[in-house]
Amino acid sequence: MILYRYIAEALFYAFMILTFMGAFMAVRSQLLMHAVIGLAVSLLGIAGLYFHLGSTFLAVMQVLIYVGAVCIMIAMGIMLGNTPSQLAEKNLKGRNLLLAIGSCAAVFLALFATLSRTGFAPAAERIGDMSIQFVGENLLLQYCLAFELISLILLTAIIGSIILARGGRDGAVK
Amino acid sequence: MQTLNSYAPEIIRIVMAVVGGAVVVFGNALVMGYMERKLAGHFQRRTGPMEVGFHGLLQLVIDGIKLMSKQLVIPAKADKPLFMLAPIISFAPVFLPLLVIPFSDRIQGFDLDVGLLFVLAIASINVLAVLVAGWASNNKYSMFGAFRAVAQNVAYEIPMLLSLLAIVFMTNTFSLRGIVEAQTVWFIVLQPVAFIIYLICMVAETNRAPFDLAEAESELTAGFHTEYSGMSFSLFMMAEYTNMFIVSCIATVFFLGGTSGIPLPYFEYTGIIWFLLKVYLFMFFLVWIRWTYPRTRFDQLMNLCWKYLLPISLVNLLITVVVVKL
Repeated sequence: MILYRYIAEALFYAFMILTFMGAFMAVRSQLLMHAVIGLAVSLLGIAGLYFHLGSTFLAVMQVLIYVGAVCIMIAMGIMLGNTPSQLAEKNLKGRNLLLAIGSCAAVFLALFATLSRTGFAPAAERIGDMSIQFVGENLLLQYCLAFELISLILLTAIIGSIILARGGRDGAVK
Repeated sequence: MQTLNSYAPEIIRIVMAVVGGAVVVFGNALVMGYMERKLAGHFQRRTGPMEVGFHGLLQLVIDGIKLMSKQLVIPAKADKPLFMLAPIISFAPVFLPLLVIPFSDRIQGFDLDVGLLFVLAIASINVLAVLVAGWASNNKYSMFGAFRAVAQNVAYEIPMLLSLLAIVFMTNTFSLRGIVEAQTVWFIVLQPVAFIIYLICMVAETNRAPFDLAEAESELTAGFHTEYSGMSFSLFMMAEYTNMFIVSCIATVFFLGGTSGIPLPYFEYTGIIWFLLKVYLFMFFLVWIRWTYPRTRFDQLMNLCWKYLLPISLVNLLITVVVVKL
C-alpha cells in the first residue's frame, strides 16, 4: 500500500511542476502564442490537481472549458493578428521594473500574512461523495444564487457578442 | 513478499492498460490505414495496394518504416519548438479516452461516473494541437486549415453533446458502463434522430470528408499539416485514426448497445468481439462516405450545423426530457 502513496505523492509533485512551469512560460515568454501554450499547460496541471483531490468532474470541466475553449479562443485571437516571428516588446525596465517588484512583493506579503495566520483544520476524509449527483444537487439547491449569478454573466456576454455582431459583415457574400 | 502481494494486482492492471492502449492505438492505425486504402481503391474501381505481401497486407509496415526513416523538415520561418510540439499534443492525449471505454464487461481501464465528459474533454485538446500546428508552420494554407478546423470542431461539438445528452437523460448516468447496461433495447431504435445527428457530427469532428475542410487538398494543399513530413505527419495521422476509433466506440456504446450480441462463452471477455465488430462498422461507414461524397463548401458546413443540427438536437432533447419525466 505504501507504494500507492508514493505514486500519488509523485503525481502530486508532477502536477505542481506542470502548473508552475506552465505559469512561468505564460508570464515570461516573448511570443504570445508560447504564453497561451504555457497557460494551457498550467491549466492542465490544475486539472490534474483536481483529479488528485478526487473530484473527477471538476478536472474534466477544467480541461473542457479552460483548455478546450478559453485557450483556443485566445489562440485564435492571436492568430488573427500576429505572425510567429513577432516578439513582444520588452518593457520590464526602469520604473516598470520597480513597480512590478513592488506589486509582486505586496501581493506576496499579503498572501503570506493571511496564510501564516490561518489555522488550517485538517480536511475531513471526504465531505461529499463527489459524484455528479452531489455536485448537481449542491449547485441547484445550496449554491443556487451563485449558480444563477454566474449564468447572468454568461448571458451578458452572449448579448454583448450579439450586439457587436449585429451590423453583419459589410460586403460579405450573401 | 507481503507488500508485493498487496500491490501487485493494481500494478499489473496499470501495465495492462498501458500495453492495451498502445496495442489499440497502433493496431488500429495499421488496420485502418490498410482498410482505408483498400476500400478507397475498390470504391474507385481500382485494387488498392497489391504489391507487398498478400493483397498488399504488408504495405502499411513498409510505409511505417519509410515514414520513420524520413527527414523531418522544419520550415525556416516556422516557430520551431511549437512546430515540433504540435504533433505530440495531438497524439499524446488519444490514449486517455481508451481507458474509460467498456470494451467488454471485464475489459475496461476504469469506470468514471463522468466517462462521457472525460472523453469529450480529452478530445477538445486535439483542437488546440491543430491550431498550434497551423500557426507554428507560419504558412497561409496551414493557418486557414487551422481556422477552419477550430470553427468546425467547436460548432459540431454542440449538437454532438446535445444528441448524446438525450440518452444521458434517459439513463441518468454519464458513465459509459452504465449506459451500456441500461440498454435493453438499443438506443438506435429509441433515439433515431439523435443517432443521425451524432453520425453527422462524428464525421465533422474527426475532420474527414465530406467535411474535411481543414485539409481540403484542392484549395489548401493539405491544410494544417502542409509542412509536416515523416514521423510528425504520421503522428497526426495516427491521432486522426484513433479519434475515429474513439468516436466510433462512443457511437457503439450509446446507440448499438456496446457489447450486446449473441452470447459467446466467457462473455465478460469475448464481448469485445461484438464491440469491435460494431466499431469497425462505423469505421467502414466513415471510409465509405469519405470516398463517395464530394467535399462541402465551408458555409454549407456551418449552415448545416447552426441552422439544422443544433435546433433539431435541441428539440430532440426537449421531447426526450418531456417523455422521460412524464
